[in-house]
Parts: sequence; structure tokens; C-alpha cells
Amino acid sequence: MFGAGGSTSSFRETEDTDVVLLWGSNARETHPIFFHHLLKGIRRGARLYVIDPRRTSSTQWAHGWLGLDVGSDIALANAVGREIIAAGLAHREFIDHATTGFDTYRHGVEPYTLEYAERETGVPRSLIREMAHAYAGAGKAMICWTLGITEHHNAVDNVLALINLALLTGHIGRYGCGLNPLRGQNNVQGGGDMGALPDRLPGFQHVENDELRAKFERHWNVTIPPKRGWHLSAMFEAMEHKELRALYVIGENPLQSEADQARTRRLLEGLDFMIAQDMFLTRTAELAHVVFPAAAAWCEAEGTVTNSERRVQLCRKALAPPGSARDDIAILYDLARRLGHDWGEPSAEGVWNELRTLSPMHAGMSYARLEAHNGLQWPCYDENHPGEMFLHSRLWERPLNGPRVAFQPVEHDPPVDRLTEEFPLRLTTGRRLDDFNTGVQTSGYRSPLRRGESLDISPEDAKRLGVRAGEVVRVSSRRGTVEVPVRLDDGLRPGLTFMTLHFPDDVATNLLTIDATDPKSGTAEFKATAIRVERR
Amino acid sequence: MSDQPMFTHPPPRASRPPAAPLLPEPKLVDVVIDGHADKVPETWTILEACRHRGIDVPTLCYLENLTPVNVCRVCVVELAGARVLAPACSRRVEAGMDIRTDSPRVRLSRKMVLEFLASSVDLSTAPEAQKYAAQYGARPERYGPPAAPGTLETDRHVGTAQTVAQPVKIDNDLYVRDYAKCILCYRCVQACGSDAQNTFAIAVAGRGFDARISTEADVPLPESACVYCGNCIGVCPTGALMFKSERDMRKTGEWDESKQQKTDTICPYCGVGCTLTLHVQDNRIVKVTSPLDAAITQGHLCIKGRFGFEHVQQREPAGAESPDVKLPEGVSSRFKAR
Repeated sequence: MFGAGGSTSSFRETEDTDVVLLWGSNARETHPIFFHHLLKGIRRGARLYVIDPRRTSSTQWAHGWLGLDVGSDIALANAVGREIIAAGLAHREFIDHATTGFDTYRHGVEPYTLEYAERETGVPRSLIREMAHAYAGAGKAMICWTLGITEHHNAVDNVLALINLALLTGHIGRYGCGLNPLRGQNNVQGGGDMGALPDRLPGFQHVENDELRAKFERHWNVTIPPKRGWHLSAMFEAMEHKELRALYVIGENPLQSEADQARTRRLLEGLDFMIAQDMFLTRTAELAHVVFPAAAAWCEAEGTVTNSERRVQLCRKALAPPGSARDDIAILYDLARRLGHDWGEPSAEGVWNELRTLSPMHAGMSYARLEAHNGLQWPCYDENHPGEMFLHSRLWERPLNGPRVAFQPVEHDPPVDRLTEEFPLRLTTGRRLDDFNTGVQTSGYRSPLRRGESLDISPEDAKRLGVRAGEVVRVSSRRGTVEVPVRLDDGLRPGLTFMTLHFPDDVATNLLTIDATDPKSGTAEFKATAIRVERR
Repeated sequence: MSDQPMFTHPPPRASRPPAAPLLPEPKLVDVVIDGHADKVPETWTILEACRHRGIDVPTLCYLENLTPVNVCRVCVVELAGARVLAPACSRRVEAGMDIRTDSPRVRLSRKMVLEFLASSVDLSTAPEAQKYAAQYGARPERYGPPAAPGTLETDRHVGTAQTVAQPVKIDNDLYVRDYAKCILCYRCVQACGSDAQNTFAIAVAGRGFDARISTEADVPLPESACVYCGNCIGVCPTGALMFKSERDMRKTGEWDESKQQKTDTICPYCGVGCTLTLHVQDNRIVKVTSPLDAAITQGHLCIKGRFGFEHVQQREPAGAESPDVKLPEGVSSRFKAR
């Protein structure tokens, strides 16, 4: 946000903050050790509000649970913003000093009254008001979110709605305040930072910035296309239009992880050529023409990952990889050589040091310093720079250092997959504590907590449908049907159901999900599918 | 939004790196430790002051990442003018304190504590306790031979401590509880409770000789609130709590710490970035811990970080090549399907 793509705060700041809004996140189960820091804050008196359609284990620690209807986040956030302004709790000094567009925002949220928000979200107006006053009135407050915000067709708008709240209250750029997307994979932050985004070069440098692109062109002695490429969803679109004909899949299992699995399979099978590079012969790799067996990057190779607080950390080789499995970097170097580019001897540290010469925000992070400091947080501009514990402190400098940041008003837009008489129940998806994504890694250990896939439904819906716990039912969406056992969960309100993506070989949840994607981020609306449940 | 310059241009740099607000420096107080005058921060414990001077004070229940509960009494020191010995782990330094860490009274008290523990508990997998017992000349045999182990849960030694010689509890695939090795240091209770995990699956039940670590109503772990983070194992000083894989390897004689390397890396799961210390023997991960001084974990992990490593050692080496595709040398198309 504001030109930097990462969480603004450090985990330790949650121990010292006063109010935390945990929005669309069940961090107790999905980020357990982050939650330890949050619990320290709660034990020191911080108030936690959890905004989640489900009454999750995170909500057990909350001062308030705002159980909103799936996909009504902007209605809620705008109502919070309106209430903050109406109650005179907006941070006028910060707004005047560091932002633009406040009047447009104020005008934009005017229709989002507490009454409207209660009707649209299902959250009692008194609770919305309480949270607005707690957040705005706190000396230090932060918003943390995960996929409950971003797995929607309007993911970027959802994020902007939260950013607006931080601008409104000045809860940004100060210790104990901030905006924090909790990253779901150990290097999803690092992957983006390294340029694994359609519009970015390494160091999160924009490919459409001529000066930055020229720097890379000089260094690599190549011409780089001056326009951004495709994000994941656009790549599948391009497969549909036969524009994309070959695919190189490294460490991903898109056949099982993407929404609308039937379509994904058709498109992957229609490719002229696919390479898969993975630790396992995943279902995706089974479709590939060539498979490169890869070492486990986290324990069979050297390298770095970047965590959710922007900390670059060293991964070290503890094991020799099995059989002919090889380090990803060595495979890529060999491939480059076959394609006529000799990059020399593969070395993770060599690649990293090259990055440091091109990416100012990583320049100060030598391997020796990463080792000595247990990782460093970007930006870290030189070898004497400590790294930044929190971002955007410039917004409080006097005079203002750099440009103002803009409020960006957004409008509520409900999920694409509408609830109808034919598909009356809302299915949302997420993770459980002991499993991970499509289960490629977690199916390797025997978790006593594991109970396989289930359709979690409220006791009220179970009674209405006449189904019992453990009974296998047919679940249908507009795209597909699966059979899955029922589990009763009194943390679900009537009308809301839940499944994971952890056991795709048993229950292919993604046969149900919709690939309605956010036009800016390319993320699919995994969180909102319309389904019907039938007895077999 | 990405058409705006802010998204194509790097953000401006802060004039100076942001930092946490400075806390006031604690006042220094004068103390004497084993005859040497010292100035130490008033926020320190006696243990911190001693270790800062390089004086070895034994501890069993104390751990840096937990709140001291001062139950084991092996860290006691003598304070001049005080009637009773003081636990170094939890007692703060005070101005003018004259601390004696190695007086005859201290040595005798530590020796007695270690003798009582060694006479009632199986310390065979507790190297620290064994080391201190030898250092202080503990002779647990003075209290008679160890009691014969019970055979059933109900066959505990009536009238003697519940932690003595009882059957090992194996009720899940990840870790075992061998309370015959438990010294009731409370560390597991602290880690499961308010110091880290906040799950509260275990507590000390019973009092006196009946005191023991227990789940609610002594139910098996799978029926308890346990979420298998293994943070209790991570803090256990005696091996009473142990990875099942370690216990199995010990039983077959394969466990050999002299052949194990420890390597720090980063957990492969969520984006928190927990440091994992992989204990590797013969190219297999046999245990996972986390450094107590890792800022993110403070030694604590979740179930995936602690136990979720098995996938890397369940891969079969690459086998036959696929028949319908000509593959480059060294590239294999088949390995164990997942």
C-alpha cells in the first residue's frame, strides 16, 4: 500500500497496541505464532475485534465478534468510517497533513449509515458503532487481515476500504499502528518482492517505470517488454483464447488450488506444453509433459524467504534431497544453459548479491547480516541500516516527506455468485489448524486433529434439511457437485456453510467455487459460493 | 490504482529508520555476588545477575521464555541476613544484597533437592538434572531402591508420589507422555497456558504426593483441548514429554545424539516465518525445536511447524521415465505421487 507491497507493522507491535481489528482472518488457526504475539497484547489490555462470518477460535479471544454476511466487508468498513467522522473521531491533523481526497471519501461513505450497514451485513448497529469508536479512539490501533478480505471479486476494493480507515484515524506510520495483510505462505511476500508479479521487476520495482526498467536492461543486457504481463487468472483467460500455449509451473498445484476445477483441468490439458517442477508428482505435475523433481527449498537447499513482517530470513540446507531431485536454482541455471545463456555456477548467495545491486530496499542485507540479525526487515538501504520495523513513518514527518496519500472511496458490491431459491446457502472456504492448502505437504504427517473434509453447517440448517452429523450429502453449485459428509458447527450462523481445500483427492471443493476474479489482483472469489445441499 | 505514479515509483524513504519508543533505562543497584561488588539493573533477577557474572546457578523449572514459578528450588541462593534461601530465578535484585551462590547451606539444599528428585523420578533422559546431581554429589540411593513400575493406570503407588514409575501414556501418533520422568516443574503447564499457547489442555491435578500433570478429568489427549503444538515437549527438561519418533528410536537403540546435526531454517508453511531447528540423523529429521531467543517464536511453534516435516522424507527416489516423452538426461518424469 502507498507504493510498498507489504505489512506495515512488526509482530512485536501487536504486543504493545491498544486495539486490533482482525478482519477476515482466523489467525488463531492459520497464523498460530503470530497469534501468540497478539495474545500477549490482549493480556496487556489490548482489545480485539474479529470480523468474520464464522465464530472461529480466534473470536474466543475477542472483545467483540462481528459476524458479517460473506462479502459485505465494504458496507461494514464504510459504515465504520462514516461513524468515525460523524462522532468527530477522525484525525483531522493527520488528514490535513498527509492525505488527499478526504471530502470525496466523506461524501462517499455518507449513505453507509449504521442502519444500512446492519441491514446489509447482519451485524448489530451497536456493535459496529462500538468497534468504530474503539478503533478511532485508541492511541494505537492496527488492522490485520487475510484471505477473508482478498479472496473476493472486489479484493482490492476491500483492502482500500480498510486503508481508508487507517488514513481517517492516523493509525499508520506510527509504532503499534498499521495495516497488515498476514501472508499465508512462507514466501508469498518474498515471491512478490522478487518480481513474481505481472507488473514488477525484482525489488518490487515497476516494469512500466522506464528508468527502473532501463536499470535492469543495462545490467542484464536484454530488452524487457515495457508492459505488465498476466496475473494467474489472466493466464487462464489467455489459455482460453489460445494466446498462452506453454506453461512452466514451479512449486504450485493449480489443478487443485484454482477455483472452478473442471475449467482449470480443461485449460491445462489443452496446453501445447507444460513443465512442472515440484517436490512431488502433484495432480498438476501428472498433466505435465516434463517434470523436474525439485529439492525441498526450505530444508534441502540454501536461500531466503521473506515473512509477513517483511523480514528476509535465511533457509539452510539440512538434508540431501532424495534421488535426482535438485535445487530449484540449479534446475533453472541448467535450463538457461540449454537455452543459450550461461549464468555460471548456481549459488543462492550469488543470486541474492545480484539482487542487492539492483534492489535498493534489499541493498543492505548481506548473508552475513541476515545471519547475525536473525533476518532483516525491508527496506534496508545499506549495510548500516537496521531495516524498518514499521513503514510510512514519513507521513508524520514535518514538513511532509514525499507525496500525500489519497483516500480511495469504494462501494459495496455483493458476491458474484448470488443466493437464489435454487442455490440458497452460502459456502465459504478456509484453512484448518493442522492442514495446509491442497495437502501436498501436510498429508505427510499424522495429525490427531485431522478429520478429513466435511461440509460444516449450522445446527439450524441441518435440522431444516433433515441431515445428521456424518451423513454424506450432495453439494451443488452452479458449476459442479461433490459428495461430502456433514459436520455440525455452532460457530456458523444459519445460511452459512464452510469447507476447506485440504483434501482435494477426496472432495474436490474447487469443483464448486467460482472463478469470478478481481480485475486488479486476479484473485478468485473462493470465499463466496452459492450452493444447495441435498440428501442422497 | 496502479496507473498512479505512487504505484510505479518507489515510495519516498523515511528520513530516519522508524523505531520503537525508547523505554527509560532501569536504575542500577549495588549488589555483592560471592564477594564481588557489582552494579546491575534493578529489573534483573538474582539469576540474571549471576549469569551475567558467569556464575553457574543450576535451574530445572526455570526457562528464559517462561514466567518463573520457582517450584524446583534448585536455584536457591543465600542472602546475607535472610532467614530462608531465596530462589534466584524469580527474586529481583535489591540494593545492598549480599548474594552467596555456593555457600555450604546452598550446596546442601541443592543436593537434597536433587537427591529427592533422583530418588523418586526416572532421570535417565534428563541430562541437565544428571549433571547437577553429579556436581552436587547427590546420592539418591540413600533413600532406598527405586519403586517397581506399576503395570496399569490404576496401579499407582498408593501413598507415594503419583509421578513415580507409572505406565507411559501413548494415545496419539505425535508425542508420548512418560510421567515416571516428570519432576513437576510446571514448564509444560506454563507453555500450554498463559505463557505461550493459551490452550490450557493440561494443569497440575491433585496435591502433595498426588500432584501430577493431567488433562481435564485425565482424558486421553485426543479427547482433550490439546492442539498438538508440542510446546510442552519443547520446554520439558526431563524427556517426560517426547516426540513419539524419538521414543521409538530410543527403544530400538537408533537414537544417537552424537550423530545428529542441528540446522536452523524457516518453516515452510504460513507467512509468519518461524525459525525451525531441524535435528537430523542419517539424513532424516528426527526432531524439530525452535531457538528460545528467536524473536518471532521465542521457542514456540504450532503443530505444522513442529510435526509437519514428514512430507520431505516420504519421497521415493525418481524411477522409470515416462514412455511417451523423450526426456533430457537427468530428468525423470516419475516420482512418488501425492
